[in-house]
Amino acid sequence: MTIKRSLSEHLFDAANVIIMLILVVLTLYPFYYVLMASVSDANLLVGHEGLLLWPKNLSMAAYDLVMKNPNILTGYRNTIAVVTLGTTLNIFMTSLGAYVLSRKGLYWMKPLSVMIVLTMFFSGGLIPTYLLVNNTLHLGDSLFALILPGLISTWNLIVMRTSFEALPEALMESARIDGAGEWRILFKVVMPLSLPVISVMILFYGVSHWNAWFSAVIYLRDRELFPLQVILREILIQNSTDSMMTGAGSGDRESIGESIKYATIIVATLPILVVYPFLQKYFVKGVMVGAVKE
Amino acid sequence: MKAATAIRKDFARHKSIYLMAAPVILYYLIFHYTPIYGAIIAFKNFQPAQGIWGSKWVGFDQFDRFFHGYYFWRLLKNTLLISLYSILFGFPAPILLALLLNELRMRWFKRVVQTVTYLPHFISVIVISGILIDFISRDGLLNDLFAFFGADRVAFLAFPQYFRTIFVSSSIWQEVGWGSIIYLAALSAINPELYEAAKIDGAGRFKQIRYITIPSLVPIMAILLILRIGHVMEVGFEKIILLYRPTTYETADVIASYIYREGLGGFNYSYSAAIGLFQSVVNLALLYSAHRISKRMNGSGLW
Repeated sequence: MTIKRSLSEHLFDAANVIIMLILVVLTLYPFYYVLMASVSDANLLVGHEGLLLWPKNLSMAAYDLVMKNPNILTGYRNTIAVVTLGTTLNIFMTSLGAYVLSRKGLYWMKPLSVMIVLTMFFSGGLIPTYLLVNNTLHLGDSLFALILPGLISTWNLIVMRTSFEALPEALMESARIDGAGEWRILFKVVMPLSLPVISVMILFYGVSHWNAWFSAVIYLRDRELFPLQVILREILIQNSTDSMMTGAGSGDRESIGESIKYATIIVATLPILVVYPFLQKYFVKGVMVGAVKE
Repeated sequence: MKAATAIRKDFARHKSIYLMAAPVILYYLIFHYTPIYGAIIAFKNFQPAQGIWGSKWVGFDQFDRFFHGYYFWRLLKNTLLISLYSILFGFPAPILLALLLNELRMRWFKRVVQTVTYLPHFISVIVISGILIDFISRDGLLNDLFAFFGADRVAFLAFPQYFRTIFVSSSIWQEVGWGSIIYLAALSAINPELYEAAKIDGAGRFKQIRYITIPSLVPIMAILLILRIGHVMEVGFEKIILLYRPTTYETADVIASYIYREGLGGFNYSYSAAIGLFQSVVNLALLYSAHRISKRMNGSGLW
């Protein structure tokens, strides 16, 4: 059966496609501009006005300086350390909590879940948390200050619990009859069956560690520990590219500063752009509608 | 005594589960409940050397100082206005995008648009702010375009009258795609028979959107709006402290950024903890009110 479409529907469809195309361009162009500018000749870029469609005289000079910069390299190292260790602990703790909360008929489960969910709506605030981490636990100038306070995101915990609850109870029951303990059931039955939601959680936690900067700014003083985003902040927001230009001739200094910014953005964002498309199909698992209620 | 035996039995039977719960409970106690307890420094004159217990109790003095302080009304106004604009424009945007995406006939095109619009959500606020600062600076891309059309160049970030627009629109740009996922998930759960029945009754596309698609989104809209209202007092302050400067404090300085400056810049721990507590309490009250109103209006709230 063919459905006749009215003229207004045709117009709507056309307008819709055009709106979406504009949205795609508006979203992508800033990144495209940054990419093109990062591989442009710095001196030509300074005089350039308006849109940039192609690189101005292809040049990798900015990348050379960025990759040679010791701040960027230690930043990378620290960020990778925090992302790997942090995300591993995040997934371990979140799965643990989600599994516990997904178990039914236990006396203390109700109070426990109330205790956990309450923290989504009420917190002690920035200052008491800072005093706890910095003064009481003495985590200042330690990368653990960036990992431990956010060990579990309650939102992710609830999403994961909902996903665990959807698994057929019979599977766990039969594992129990075979004599498997709770840890074994979690690691050998529940988690392998929940790979889609776990991969989304790895992405969420991983990206949030990769992008985090505020905790680093307030807890770390030792420059050797600064993660990449803090170095980026110095370059992009506080406008200091001086430390990067030791290799550049004095005449080029001002102009190459601009391309260094663009090259740093690319270098710092590339890992996310590479991982992201592979996990995209699982995204919807991470925002499950059902998870909101209950 | 029967209850006590039941509890003990429950504990004995599920010992291993409770053992698994221990690290989780410990985490919440240390990193969430200790700061909540620590918030009592809001009623004290906290000196790090004296500790929470040793510091002098001052009652509501810190709150008084804030409510009667020079910046109180400005901070409250800026916080509420940025939140209001964010909700007014930022809340409907992903819903609209989801509806439009849902109407696309070409599957591959829909997927491309989704992939592209989700992307900015994953980019760090430092990078987004850095690009933004570059694009809207005096010699940035936006001003190049303005100049091309004969307008004057403006250093947008230097003037308070532009701050809210910059902040809210860049946030929508970053989050509209990501925000649409949850609505798309809800849309895909609609029973297709509803549309079939509507077609047989002679309803066109627009009527189907009006009477089937949009109503099916209402429950999730209600929940998300309640949750959003519970965060009215905290705006994305990371981006604010990256973008504001003393010349734009007049419109850009919000409660959270003020807490940051007073507490961590000025070491006024008790004063800023009091402001933080005020912020949390108002948020909770707003969340609860929104929940009650929603319960009364459409019978469903958060719980």
